[in-house]
Amino acid sequence: MTKPYMFEKPLGLRDTLPQAHRISYELKDLFYKEMNQWGYDFIKTPALEFAETVGKASAIDDHQLFKFIDRQGIPVVLRPDMTTPIARVVGSELKEAVLPLRLAYTSALYRAQKSEGGHPSEFEQVGAELIGDATPEADAEIISLMVKLFEIVGLDPIRIVIGHVGFVDAFIRDLVFDEEDVHTLRELLYMKNDVGFRELVAQLDIPQQNKTDLNQFIDTRSLDIDKTLQFMEHHPCSDYYQEVNNFMHLLKAYGLLEKIDLDLTLVPHLDYYTGFVFEGYGGKIGFSLASGGRYNDLLKQFNRPAPATGFGIRLDRLIESLPMEAFPDEPEKVAVVYELDTIQEALEYANQKRKEGIRVVLQNAKSIQNERAFQEQFKTVKSFIKTGGLSI
Amino acid sequence: MTDYITIAMPKGRIFYDACHLLREAGFDLPNEFETTRKLILTIENSNFRFILAKPVDVATYVEYGVADIGIAGKDVILESQRNVYEMLDLGISACRMAVAGLPSRKQQSSVTKVATKYPKIATEYFKKQGKQVDIISLNGSIELAPLIGLSDYIVDIVSTGQTLRENGLVELTKIMEITSRLIVNPVSYRLKKKSIDYIIEKLKPIVEVTGVGMD
Repeated sequence: MTKPYMFEKPLGLRDTLPQAHRISYELKDLFYKEMNQWGYDFIKTPALEFAETVGKASAIDDHQLFKFIDRQGIPVVLRPDMTTPIARVVGSELKEAVLPLRLAYTSALYRAQKSEGGHPSEFEQVGAELIGDATPEADAEIISLMVKLFEIVGLDPIRIVIGHVGFVDAFIRDLVFDEEDVHTLRELLYMKNDVGFRELVAQLDIPQQNKTDLNQFIDTRSLDIDKTLQFMEHHPCSDYYQEVNNFMHLLKAYGLLEKIDLDLTLVPHLDYYTGFVFEGYGGKIGFSLASGGRYNDLLKQFNRPAPATGFGIRLDRLIESLPMEAFPDEPEKVAVVYELDTIQEALEYANQKRKEGIRVVLQNAKSIQNERAFQEQFKTVKSFIKTGGLSI
Repeated sequence: MTDYITIAMPKGRIFYDACHLLREAGFDLPNEFETTRKLILTIENSNFRFILAKPVDVATYVEYGVADIGIAGKDVILESQRNVYEMLDLGISACRMAVAGLPSRKQQSSVTKVATKYPKIATEYFKKQGKQVDIISLNGSIELAPLIGLSDYIVDIVSTGQTLRENGLVELTKIMEITSRLIVNPVSYRLKKKSIDYIIEKLKPIVEVTGVGMD
């Protein structure tokens, strides 16, 4: 093994320096207050979970997991998502808690990713889960909470793309008879490979009308909400048209409609989703900022079957996508310099200022190596020195 | 506000085909477009900006969103596995990914060695054939490898086959057809949907005509 340089960190991991830390702390603080006001309770779960339980249920690719053996010889993973640990908690520690349950978190997640920039292995996610409510009103609440969080930090523009994995499955199964082809078409949607989708459709042994329908399905991505709904109406797949139509009306009531794109072709990467799914976009970066959706089968795996929906926002990406103006300058610090004889007055002065809400650094003059460099860090330096030097 | 659309164009082989296609679609590309050495080109009185990139990098610019859309070969898209929409088969710069080698060759070592610029595509292909091979990554002049005994086979794109012939190599198996694709950044697509759909609608009819008789 090559010996790392002293400054190096393992692949994909980052330090958070004061400025970045302050920004992320402020965002989390805003989010915490907002979600609290919506009645969501915050919880924390351990960084390590068993590979066999949470690791498996999280539906993250095996090669993306940090997996190792704990001291008892049991395979464990660094948590790759928060939804699954929360499902575990709801099925165990909180199994007596009354449903519906509203939970929230801010947590670091771990996924072994590409060694390339912009894909860290450890990143913070802020999210909420609404458990035990199967109604579309619950989905609408989750989406509107997510949009609210985007708004309070000044993200602009905001686009929310909504799809429905239940519809996608039913629609394709209706037209394509071979289960493996259905799976491949779904995979191509997830890969965003329209060309591949159309190529496979052309090769399939199905009636021409079905092929036309499948191609039109891809084309619906460029349609507005009304036209997309019309497409659904003309291709009846059980009750999905009604469900999606009602949901759009609901989002209108929430005042969200102008931020919404209805995209029936949306297939997210986590496959525990069962109903409405969504992704959040905005600001100035090329990656999606948030994702979420309904997962009605996950809690069953933790012995407490319950419908649920939730979202997660990638904090690192959100910070990158916000305009610089969104982050006010740090309140400046005041330095109070003292020597042994004046420590009493200096302390009193510093404490008084701190009470007033001012950031105060109390510094013994003896330890200042470079007076000028020291002074430059502060808005003002209050000197309690009687014998020359730092006489400001 | 009109959206500014940045389009990543591949320099080299595909570039002329791509320019031709865009002109046909009604884009008013200036004449010096093909000869300039500038890397960023804007068209006056339009909201289009073009960046000229190495073909293998086009998908990278698009994935990170610094270019909204791009024109990239299927070979590059497969090899780089970027999270972008592959929206249109432009049908241009058609060629094929193929396995080639010397016409008759005894394999000396117990493992088959394959030299290529496309390690992912090559690995994937041989895996599907149930073969485990050693991949040797090269950056160009792949045809050299079997000639001087670096590898048993090569995996590379072939258009006319002239380079292979001149070097005494033969095409053994076609892996897949390659054409250029229109790729789109997922966020750009959401935030600049109107402009991007407009471009796609302009390209679609032309592409469908060129696409006829491709195979």
